Amino acid sequence: MSTPVHATDATYRAEVLESDSPVVIVDFWAPWCGPCRQVAPILDELATQYDGTVKIVKLNTDENPQVTADYGIVSIPTMHFVKGGEIVSTLIGARPKPALVAEIEKALAVT
Amino acid sequence: MTDRTDAPRDLIIVGSGPAGYTAALYAARAGITPVMLAGSVTAGGALMNTTDVENFPGFPDGILGPELMESMQKQAEKFGTEVVWDDATVLDLTGPVKTVHTGNGQTYTARAVILATGSAYRELGLEGEKRLSGRGVSWCATCDGFFFRDQEILVVGGGDSAVEEATFLTRFASKVTMVHRRGELRASKIMADRAADDPKIEFAWNSEVTAIHGENRLTGVTLRDTRTGAEREVSATGLFVAIGHVPRTELVVGQIDLDENGYIEVKGRTTLTSVAGVFACGDAVDHTYRQAVTAAGSGCAAALDAQHYLADLPTTLPTTLETIR
Repeated sequence: MSTPVHATDATYRAEVLESDSPVVIVDFWAPWCGPCRQVAPILDELATQYDGTVKIVKLNTDENPQVTADYGIVSIPTMHFVKGGEIVSTLIGARPKPALVAEIEKALAVT
Repeated sequence: MTDRTDAPRDLIIVGSGPAGYTAALYAARAGITPVMLAGSVTAGGALMNTTDVENFPGFPDGILGPELMESMQKQAEKFGTEVVWDDATVLDLTGPVKTVHTGNGQTYTARAVILATGSAYRELGLEGEKRLSGRGVSWCATCDGFFFRDQEILVVGGGDSAVEEATFLTRFASKVTMVHRRGELRASKIMADRAADDPKIEFAWNSEVTAIHGENRLTGVTLRDTRTGAEREVSATGLFVAIGHVPRTELVVGQIDLDENGYIEVKGRTTLTSVAGVFACGDAVDHTYRQAVTAAGSGCAAALDAQHYLADLPTTLPTTLETIR
């Protein structure tokens, strides 16, 4: 799982909520979203850097309206940091790599 | 921390909007191989969040903002610009060799620096604005408009960007109300006419937003009539703010002269700042025109000014940090 996984409305539960990865980052994105494109390569790097610790799941909001609506997403990119099925923090808007690393470390430290 | 202080380069360009890329293009063609700190998530600058750019000369059918920026990047790289997708976080502009540290822990040194750091969205400055940002309050219609299908939304502002946001949002929203402090738009005639003719756009004239409501999602705002002071509540799920920009110059505060609004001061019609070897261009300097094409023009001027500066430097300049300290 050194590359991000694409989830859908149908697979979200299994890929995110029931994942046994210590931390899951859900990236709500869409192809037309400029800032999403800018954060995508950073998430790819993090998937490799945190292989085995952090699972990165991408959810296309155009194709998966159900999960998008369930979480009330109205701005993308939105990134949920999920631990044991619980959202421990949320980042809205693209962030530089050091900010994402800090958020990952924070999520990993949550007990 | 990796150190890249081998020998100072000729030129570092900070920022990658039209000003930065044009500076890079001119410098690279002049044989000054620049390194550009393009930014990690701000790369491409303000045009990355726009759709059709209709007023950049040479594109009679318009061009998408991100596409224009990608073309500028390719053109700058073609002549040797080294583009680094990293953020300048600490700058030391004093002395003959300037140092730039980055978010990913790299250090770059050069004899000249061009600042093309652009501008950021101006905020309303209201309580709850940050909390509800991305939860109904937005600065980017092209990013977030899609999520407001069939909803009634507000756009604050009266300039070209506000009209552009409002017009774009009519693709999704059932009604867009433009909230403006004055009785008429400040936008150019073509944009103002476009808004006036749009059946989905309404106007709240002489109104300003004085409060934002909602806990986890925006529920509405308070509008105050700028003539009578009367306040009224308006419910809304989306509030798009387009009230101008503020220069992104926090990195150089205290190192070079800024005006009272934070814009970098330059000498006359040049791009020379108060520090030798440091040049500035684009929206970080320009509080008047703020167009892609004027930014590009000033980027060209910065490259030419930097080129002259470098040519006039003594050739025996120390080449390591140690020898100058």
